[in-house]
Amino acid sequence: MSEITANRTLDCSGMNCPLPILKTKKEVDQMQSGEILKMISTDSGSANDMASWANRTGHKIVDSSTEGGTYTFYIQKS
Amino acid sequence: MADIKKLAIIASKGTLDWAYPPFILASAAAAMDMEAVLFFTFYGLPLLKKEIDLKVTPVGNPAMPMKMPFGSKEFQGFNWPIPNIISGNVPGFDTMATMLMKETFKKKGVATIEQLREMCQESGVRFIACQMTMDVFGFERKDFIDGVEYGGAAMFLEYAADANMSLFI
Repeated sequence: MSEITANRTLDCSGMNCPLPILKTKKEVDQMQSGEILKMISTDSGSANDMASWANRTGHKIVDSSTEGGTYTFYIQKS
Repeated sequence: MADIKKLAIIASKGTLDWAYPPFILASAAAAMDMEAVLFFTFYGLPLLKKEIDLKVTPVGNPAMPMKMPFGSKEFQGFNWPIPNIISGNVPGFDTMATMLMKETFKKKGVATIEQLREMCQESGVRFIACQMTMDVFGFERKDFIDGVEYGGAAMFLEYAADANMSLFI
């Protein structure tokens, strides 16, 4: 699989609900359509929360992974 | 998006624990491109004060865990069985319980009420203060943060009538 290149990175490590969602929204608002944000979270609720957030806002999670309690999301702005 | 969802919440509680749900839900709703209105009434009014000083009490709240924000994981996970006869009578117990809850929230990366409130306002969440309960309990507009609207039941209901979600907290 080819590496996804992110235009921006947002580290939400240590933050708990709803901060990762709020910070992600803020960041995405500053991006151009089609750009990709890499978001890192340690909130174990964020896997499902990010999916729900993307469903409602229309932005796309193009890739996500979990490693040792760290969740990484690649979000493409719609 | 043509169909913007609307969230209407009545915030009626002013303790540290119950201050969270309205601000969490409203800020998250805004982050999900929804509209949100928070209507503050009765004991929810202090949440609008410039200087927030919220407390929490285990008295009459048997489901509230008493946890320590320091020490080993096992120690932090332990729920201290404090009988109401102690928590209700020892001076300063609520202050201590409040301090412990604030510290635990901080350790777990939870935002403060002030932060969440600010993020709500930044993202366009509307705050309405109930004028009637302000008059009853002696709250004044000058004590509240800027950007608050003032009204009553009709103002809330007008919005809630078209809301997709209405919650009483």
